[in-house]
Amino acid sequence: MTDITLVEAVNLALMHEMARDPDMVVLGQDIGINGGVFRATVGLLEKYGEERVLDTPLAENMIVGAAVGMAAQGLHPVAEIQFMGFIYPTIDQMVSHASRLRNRTRGRITCPMVLRAPYGGGIHAPEHHSESTEAMFAHIPGLRVVIPSSPTRAYGLLLAAIRNPDPVVFLEPKRVYRLMKQAVEDNGEALPLDTCFVLRPGSDITLVSWGAMLHETLQAAEQLADEGIDAEVIDLATIKPIDMQTILESVGRTGRCVIVQEAARTCSVSAEIAARLAEEGLMSLFAPIRRVTGFDTVMPMFRLEGHYMPSTERILSAVRQTMEFA
Amino acid sequence: MNQAITFNIESHRFLGPDGQPEGNLPPLAEDRDALHALYRNMVLTRLYDERAIALQRTGQIGTFASSLGQEAIGAGVGHAMRPEDIIIPSFRENGALLFRHFRIRDLLLYWGGDERGMANPELGDDFPICVPISTHTTQAAGVAFAVKYRKQPRVVVCLLGDGGTSKGDFYEAINLAGMWHLPLVFVINNNQWAISVPRAIQTRSETLAQKAIAAGIPGLQIDGNDALAVRHFVAEAIETARNGGGPTVIEALSYRLCHHTTADDATRYRSDEELQAHWKLEPVARLKRFMMNADMWSESQEDELIRACKEEIEQEVRHYLDSEPPKPTSMFDSLYAELPGELRDQRRLVESGVAGKESNND
Repeated sequence: MTDITLVEAVNLALMHEMARDPDMVVLGQDIGINGGVFRATVGLLEKYGEERVLDTPLAENMIVGAAVGMAAQGLHPVAEIQFMGFIYPTIDQMVSHASRLRNRTRGRITCPMVLRAPYGGGIHAPEHHSESTEAMFAHIPGLRVVIPSSPTRAYGLLLAAIRNPDPVVFLEPKRVYRLMKQAVEDNGEALPLDTCFVLRPGSDITLVSWGAMLHETLQAAEQLADEGIDAEVIDLATIKPIDMQTILESVGRTGRCVIVQEAARTCSVSAEIAARLAEEGLMSLFAPIRRVTGFDTVMPMFRLEGHYMPSTERILSAVRQTMEFA
Repeated sequence: MNQAITFNIESHRFLGPDGQPEGNLPPLAEDRDALHALYRNMVLTRLYDERAIALQRTGQIGTFASSLGQEAIGAGVGHAMRPEDIIIPSFRENGALLFRHFRIRDLLLYWGGDERGMANPELGDDFPICVPISTHTTQAAGVAFAVKYRKQPRVVVCLLGDGGTSKGDFYEAINLAGMWHLPLVFVINNNQWAISVPRAIQTRSETLAQKAIAAGIPGLQIDGNDALAVRHFVAEAIETARNGGGPTVIEALSYRLCHHTTADDATRYRSDEELQAHWKLEPVARLKRFMMNADMWSESQEDELIRACKEEIEQEVRHYLDSEPPKPTSMFDSLYAELPGELRDQRRLVESGVAGKESNND
């Protein structure tokens, strides 16, 4: 067992499942000989050949449309879109077809596919490469949306996504693709797709986040500990469905909650969590729920992205305000 | 200057508008059973369309798309396919669907606003009706990849309209079909109208078939009102695909004698003179005249066929009208393989009956 990065864990899961499942194919742009622009599919072509590792023509909508057709036949396609900013042509397929094929045939035809894409800012990439628009997919009935935050969870959640009988959007936080290494055992064990992960237990305040922002959120929790504030940190992991039970249980104990996300604020996943806390957990709250988010602006090009992305300082400030409220 | 590439598009038909043969006929022209099957399907389709429109006008189904005037395309495609082949339809291929395992009761359920219409397990791998334009074309490529990947001797047939060929989806799909050499046949029902937009302002391309050339695959044009031509050339393309010969695009020229759907009024945008001129080219009378001239059909057979079709349709209509209403909770029950916990509360609300009432088709 060696220490590997998040992107290597993605690769490990793909390799594992290709060996186990002859119905699995991977398709996308530059995923073959190039191994993907982030190298997530490196080695797959050499091992599994052109029949199962498909470099496609350059058309995102077509990649996902073809994946829908493959999945309808019972294959398990894993389609890669190079960046979240290029995923929008696929929304027609995901919303109008992938998400509802099972429903509109009452289960006769299903769509066991995975749509993978790196997302989020912070790597000084060109325009259109840095967005966090997970809420668009989270809004769509029939889809699942999954965001790993570490190598171990990337491995286990991706295996679960590929094995899931319904379409899963699997968004990879590219800022942390190579930020940390973890020991990941290639044991083929999938993680649940409807459960949060408590990364740090605490009793004073609940911090909920997902993807790359957990890095800053955990840093904030460490600093808060020095100040005598014991923060619980929850990795949401599955954006849809949301495991509210774990969050409600935590907030029931702490009475305070700050939600941290990179995405723009309005109609976002943090808004959904806050609404459900208000609906189901209001009486356990000592202070208003606060959100630390990206702004409702266009994701700026990289000279300003540092001002856009929630910083550890912004998280600390929100936590202190929440703690001081009552 | 060198000529980089030249191309030509063949256009085929066997029967003229009056049912008279033009040139050599294929063996199909002497196959009485095949002709009767084609003709029966066309008559059934026309009577079904008529009945469905009456059901819509009396509030018993919702918006309905007729295939009036285009029956030869559905019939020819449906008859050319083998049972194990896979159809990926749009929404105007009623005859083709009736040649598969779609029953009239299923189609009425669907247009009556009920997902169960596409649920019949006997439909196998055939796709449900696709309402968004051309989004099914790339899926057809995926399905064709899957049968090729599994080395199955099956062919995928994807139907679309003339308007659908303007969408990027179609170009992307034929490009992939060509690149991957897929067992896939696209049949374009060029009925000259995309709701109110005529073929003339859909594209400057002289034919829709020639779009295939850009994807590196064969494209041809046929008279879509000649059931013999549709059956013959679609079958040829299907068998080519089955034998590893790759995809084909077939443009079937027809004319939409009906409104776009029951929600449309075509008198707003096209003249009665044009409509009447195209009635002279329609496919059902054409095949009937051919068979009558060849002593393969009689007026008494015609009467018997119409009676039998009407009886079948009425039986199916009764099945539809007598079907149990859908369970309100069924909107949850095929959404996921397993309903996520957060949806169980919503389902319970519907189950309790306080969420609302079923809407009818008024």
